[in-house]
Amino acid sequence: MRQRINIKRYPGFLPVTILCLVVLYAPLLVVMVYSFNDSLSITRWGGFSFRWYMEIFTGPESAKFKDAAWNSLTIALSAAVASTIIATAAAVAMVRGGAFKGKALNLALISMPIMVPEIVTAVATLVFFSAIGFTLGYLSILVAHIVFCIPFAYLPIAARLQGIDGSYEEAAQDLYASRFQAFLRVLMPLMAPGILAGFLLAFIISLDDFIITNFIKGAGIETLPTAIFGAVKQGIKPDIMALSTIMLSVSILIVTLSYFISRYGRPGTKAEA
Amino acid sequence: MAGELASTRAVSRTFAPVRTPLLIPTWVIIGFFLVAPVLMMLAYSFLTKEFRGGVIWEFSLAAYDQFIFDRGLFGDEPPQIEWTYIVIFVRSIIQAAVATLLCLIIGFPTAYFIATRSPATRSMWLFLVTVPYWVNLLIRTVSMKFLIRDNGPLNEALMGLGVIGEPIALINTDFAVQLGLFYSYLPFMVLPIYASVERYDFALSEAAADLYANRWTILYKVILPIVWPGIVAGCILVFVPSLGAFLAPDLLGGAKNFLIGSLIEEQFKGNAGNWPFGAAASMILLSLVLIALFIYARRQARRSAQAA
Repeated sequence: MRQRINIKRYPGFLPVTILCLVVLYAPLLVVMVYSFNDSLSITRWGGFSFRWYMEIFTGPESAKFKDAAWNSLTIALSAAVASTIIATAAAVAMVRGGAFKGKALNLALISMPIMVPEIVTAVATLVFFSAIGFTLGYLSILVAHIVFCIPFAYLPIAARLQGIDGSYEEAAQDLYASRFQAFLRVLMPLMAPGILAGFLLAFIISLDDFIITNFIKGAGIETLPTAIFGAVKQGIKPDIMALSTIMLSVSILIVTLSYFISRYGRPGTKAEA
Repeated sequence: MAGELASTRAVSRTFAPVRTPLLIPTWVIIGFFLVAPVLMMLAYSFLTKEFRGGVIWEFSLAAYDQFIFDRGLFGDEPPQIEWTYIVIFVRSIIQAAVATLLCLIIGFPTAYFIATRSPATRSMWLFLVTVPYWVNLLIRTVSMKFLIRDNGPLNEALMGLGVIGEPIALINTDFAVQLGLFYSYLPFMVLPIYASVERYDFALSEAAADLYANRWTILYKVILPIVWPGIVAGCILVFVPSLGAFLAPDLLGGAKNFLIGSLIEEQFKGNAGNWPFGAAASMILLSLVLIALFIYARRQARRSAQAA
């Protein structure tokens, strides 16, 4: 027993892990701290203050940020809803559809948005939209977001469905539930944690996107990332750090939430632990 | 028991008759808004460029030719190899490879350390490693830029501690780009390695120790070969997005560190671009990525065939 504990441990692995976490968190913490800096200069500490947060909400640029935030949130919400519905349907077909010809091809199609490099998707979509005469703007951003959100919504939903025994919906059908009823009343409640995780993932991925959005947004519309990118081109200002702090706090909040949801909802968590 | 259950699950085909209508939305959305655009790019890469940005529908290999050969200003000189774009691609591949190596050096010990914690604390450690990934990539990259700039907090702290006498020039270097890529994609390395170390049976380590292998021999000769698929998966998951990355090179690297992403971007921004050339560069990048994924998929298939 004593020996096994020794064998598993490698000296130096703990320090590397800590270094890893420091590298991951240091930039975020520094920006968080400096967003409360009551000084025009980003290099000198001038005391604690909320002035840059006030600046975002009431300053001269506040209208621009508000529009961008509204666009980002509504696009993320719509894209997440649409991609979750599409992905749920696809997951049911792929996991509960038996073996069929072209299954691998379908899987490749679903994962294609992850495999194609983002910059290629971005320019290809831009060129395609201008060729078919699709006006660049809110709608073009939304459509592109739905496309790349599908695989991210699909993965947790399909994983969850794979873990659900087929006998539940078979029992429902034996009791004269239609296929649709069996899905709606039996399978969907069982899939709920996976669907929710897929939805949240899609939401964050949409909120996160910069490259594709930047190419296809057209003039006169901004999302939060494109607005930040535009502002950062002239140097990192304290109000951008405050805005970033708000955004990163929201992301961390959502991820923490989904972490606890999936822990709570996963079957057999206790047995594993 | 678990295996039996899994096999009944696998054959469950309750929704087989409605398979097609369930998949139609995916076909329509991804087919029309991703497959069609990519095919169109493929077509554009074989067309003639229009000078104000755009294409003329006339077959031409000029875009690929321009990528490889220099034929002089009027295209009438004997072809010489044009190194500019090849160098950009090679540089991008090297940057992505170094970033992958950096992720592996830090990511392997981290993943191993996490996988050997007690089950209760494991998920907490994993959570800590993955949380930054969910923060907006642009914000993370900007934060990194803020931290490592010449008179930024990192240099100030190091100077305050007396470690260095004058600021280290980190920003706008290759290392800054690699650091940015490392920072962007580290969880992609940690998660698959963690998954394979977690399945590793430590009785094997004990057996090796009983045969007088020391710790590092065990790591090298026993653990690494067994968790190798996880390492390969991690490397591919980091390498592929690093290759076409745009933000880290753009924000952290200077003008000297021109990579594929920026090369493609430049061809489609404004009116000065060359669409067929940008399309050709995109197709070359896409081919590199697909080759990497294809090799990986074949390895996986061979492994599962061996297992069965």
